Amino acid sequence: MRSQFVFQEIWIGLRRNLTMTMALIVVVAISLSLLGTGLLFVKQVDRTRTYWQGKVELSIYLCVKTSPEPQCQQNGPATDADRAQLHQLLVSMPQVQAVYYVTQQQAYNEFRQYFSNEPALVQDTQQGEIPDSFEVKLRNPEADYNIVASAVTGAQGVETVVDEMTILDKFYRLLDGARNAVVIIALILIVAAILLVANTIRLSAFNRRRETSIMRLVGASNFYIQLPFLLEGAIAGLIGWAISAGLLVAVKSLMLDSLEQYFSFNVGLSVGDLIEVIVFSMIVGVLLCGVTSFLTLRRYLRI
Amino acid sequence: MINFDNVTKAYPNQSRPALENVNISVAKGEFVFLVGPSGSGKSTFLRLVLKEERPSEGRIHVAGRDLARLTNWKVPYLRRRIGCVFQDFRLLPNKNVYQNVAFALEVIGKNRRFIRKVVPEVIDLVGLEGKHERMPDELSGGEQQRVAMARAFVNRPMILLADEPTGNIDPATSIGIMKVLDRINRTGTTVVMATHDAAIVDSMRKRVIELEYGKVVRDQSRGVYGQAY
Repeated sequence: MRSQFVFQEIWIGLRRNLTMTMALIVVVAISLSLLGTGLLFVKQVDRTRTYWQGKVELSIYLCVKTSPEPQCQQNGPATDADRAQLHQLLVSMPQVQAVYYVTQQQAYNEFRQYFSNEPALVQDTQQGEIPDSFEVKLRNPEADYNIVASAVTGAQGVETVVDEMTILDKFYRLLDGARNAVVIIALILIVAAILLVANTIRLSAFNRRRETSIMRLVGASNFYIQLPFLLEGAIAGLIGWAISAGLLVAVKSLMLDSLEQYFSFNVGLSVGDLIEVIVFSMIVGVLLCGVTSFLTLRRYLRI
Repeated sequence: MINFDNVTKAYPNQSRPALENVNISVAKGEFVFLVGPSGSGKSTFLRLVLKEERPSEGRIHVAGRDLARLTNWKVPYLRRRIGCVFQDFRLLPNKNVYQNVAFALEVIGKNRRFIRKVVPEVIDLVGLEGKHERMPDELSGGEQQRVAMARAFVNRPMILLADEPTGNIDPATSIGIMKVLDRINRTGTTVVMATHDAAIVDSMRKRVIELEYGKVVRDQSRGVYGQAY
């Protein structure tokens, strides 16, 4: 009896308030999906960052015959003695965690693989034209970069020193900006959703003031009087959440996954990440609707 | 059943208290008329019994409970023992007679079998047999008030409060309403009725409590409406 009655009351409430409820559902759906998108972005950026931070931070390219830099033109290609000396220097530096040497053969293979869809370029490039390099992993990339870089710049046989982080920084800044914009818009919309929930419940309480006054009179418990309103808000929130979950799946499979295709490395988000974000947005949605309804009821439904 | 011990109720921003040093005791099964001009404190009295208001001073006991010690979440349980009828009926316009009466039981969580058994009995008691399906706007004022009485009585309260139940009803129909109230009273329910209707008070010959400017000016068993004192 109880549950059937309560659901009947909720149904009446939702139907009477149809336009308001629909507005609520749409706003909740959009705000939650934006929030979720923001969270997916955060995860994606984190994932990419950890991927890169686990990799090399400093690349030291060595001179080859075809290097255009003046110091290479002057001194000729790096000799084995140069390499040994450089390696010694790097290993002896306390800021350096690890040094990997990439031979010209390896570099050439990588190059061919990387530009495999441009055979003309590969054809024109001979082995030996792609420089060999020392890939250096630093203990503390931000602080130690300059020290190590200045120590090796200009050393015999060194062509260029490249900070991998500066290249990635631009990319990060782009992603961070997009993420921040999405999260800020999501937060504004969540505020709108809160106000809308409050208004919907207020309207609903006004629409049903006769019923509630009689319920109070015949001694219905506070819980029983408030339950239909709370559930009304919660159901609208859940429908909104379900829509946002659909949108998030779309965002992931259409946007983020296609973004991923531009990278040769695997930093894609798993289904688990998506589920985590969707569950989180459900909790936000239910709390948002539930708490707001509860607080509104306390004001407008004096028992 | 209802005990007012030196009760004063003052509303903020009003110079004169709505009730002042009121001592009233109503025993179980009594039928009491509460009379007096508008603004004399009758409605305040009823609201205090329901704990819709708190007294400024004094103690109130209803159905054996000290209202000052009754926590907020227990108030609904007090109200389940008190039925209420108003001048304006307060029926739900989108529910029929049966649903209006059943509503009072549904919202306190009674099971369906109990409701199906009890509601028709009460509708018969107030004399509306065969009108279960009527909507409130298809009923006369007297019939609507009977529905309201059925709703107030369906949970078998110990006390029935009636705030000018005949205020919107013509004298001939009022007699029928009073008969229903009398029938309810005979089941052992305490009835307190606030009214302006002199003819009814005179004809019933029940206890009369008269209020004026918030004070009890007369408390008389088997009284009439306008007796000089």
